[in-house]
Amino acid sequence: MSAMLILVIILVVLAVIVIGMYNGLVQLRNRVQNAWAQIDVQLKRRHDLIPNLVETVKGYMKYEQETLEKVIKARGAAMAAQGVAATAQAENQLTSTLKSLFALVENYPDLKANQNMLQLQEELTTTENRIAFARQHFNDSVMTYNTALQTFPRNIIAGMFGFTASEFFAAAEAEREPVKVQF
Amino acid sequence: MPATGMYELISANKRNSWLLVIVLCVILVAVAGAGGAYFGGNDPLPSMLVFGMIGFGVATIGGLASYFMGAEMIMAVSRAHPADEADQRQLHNVLEELCIASGLPKPKLYIIEDSAPNAFACGRDPQHSAVAVTRGLMDKLSRNELQGVLAHELSHIQNYDILFATMIGILVGSIALLCDMLLRSMRWGAIGGRRRSSNERSGGGQAQALLLVVALVLMILAPLFAQILQLAVSRQREYLADTSGAKMTRDPESLARALEKIAADPEPLEAANRGTQHLYIVNPLKGLSETQSWFATHPPLRERIARLRALT
Repeated sequence: MSAMLILVIILVVLAVIVIGMYNGLVQLRNRVQNAWAQIDVQLKRRHDLIPNLVETVKGYMKYEQETLEKVIKARGAAMAAQGVAATAQAENQLTSTLKSLFALVENYPDLKANQNMLQLQEELTTTENRIAFARQHFNDSVMTYNTALQTFPRNIIAGMFGFTASEFFAAAEAEREPVKVQF
Repeated sequence: MPATGMYELISANKRNSWLLVIVLCVILVAVAGAGGAYFGGNDPLPSMLVFGMIGFGVATIGGLASYFMGAEMIMAVSRAHPADEADQRQLHNVLEELCIASGLPKPKLYIIEDSAPNAFACGRDPQHSAVAVTRGLMDKLSRNELQGVLAHELSHIQNYDILFATMIGILVGSIALLCDMLLRSMRWGAIGGRRRSSNERSGGGQAQALLLVVALVLMILAPLFAQILQLAVSRQREYLADTSGAKMTRDPESLARALEKIAADPEPLEAANRGTQHLYIVNPLKGLSETQSWFATHPPLRERIARLRALT
């Protein structure tokens, strides 16, 4: 009788431990998803700004059609990208095309002084910074989640319930250094 | 990770805030009691009690007010007005970026119409916080430098430095005010009071003279003591806010340059006073910040800039 009781107690304790670990993993995974949503908001914001930018720039830049088309194409690719790694790559591509566009803007003093352009530039700078900071936060959450997932004994629970490691949002090569956005 | 250090720091800040409130309450009651002893004449005990009670009331109201309305009070004293979201796009943008970086809710944003560049944060916790910048700060600093300054202020909010700084600002102010009032009324009452006490029996007169001395010493020392407390605690926090602000933006150089620009600016900030000087990123009462002394609210700027540059 008492052996039975001990067995029951052990089972209950085990169940409690498993439930605790499972819930912990769910919490961490939700945190990663939430952090991703934060990046997503900022990426969308940037996608929405680009048509405006192209419209403003077009009138001034007659001979830079190629650069503008690159920006539009990169935007399309970024919007179509699925999954963390692919999105990161497409977005980094978009960042670099935008950089070359803004480098060209330097040659057009009228455009640089345009009120609309100044506003767009500020909005894109802040979006760029927000993406960078949101990425830091996302990668931190991914790191915590993946570590929890891959260490013993949680890896057993993770395997049982199908938790999978999340991808990092990689920064472009040029951005590895201190995050500073200067168009 | 410095996470545990940060949490210890935050709980230390909360604990110190309560300790501070208690110490300042005791000072207030003691000063008020001493005042009562002076005005009580022959039988000082009842008036000591009455004055002590009044002091306790003032301390309680002051403490509660500074906890619940501290940010609004300090903003009003500093003649700050809320920054319009549409007009001040860049300022709001920079602050929102940093809120993403730090995970803090966005503080209320105020502007002080003064051409001297400076900034401060106040409030009781991250959910009830406010940041003020001067017009001069926005005009004279680049976007990245502005980001450095706001990151410094957000670090104060994150570390709960603001709770301590806000409460101490208001309580130190009220102690100074009370002592000032009592000393003044003593000077006026001195002529009448003296005459009465010269008719006392010698024993009672001696006890009263002793009480008078104690009261005077208390009244002179209390504001001084309160102020030294205010200064000592705020100096170390500046280094910490500089470092964690630089960590937030990953750009210590911009904050260093911003500090240089603020330091090099010759204009004094008119809205700052003795009660709020410790709040600002650089001491707004010029001439005080360059020397390391008991009365400095901030460490020397040269040292702060050197420490920031060492981070890169």
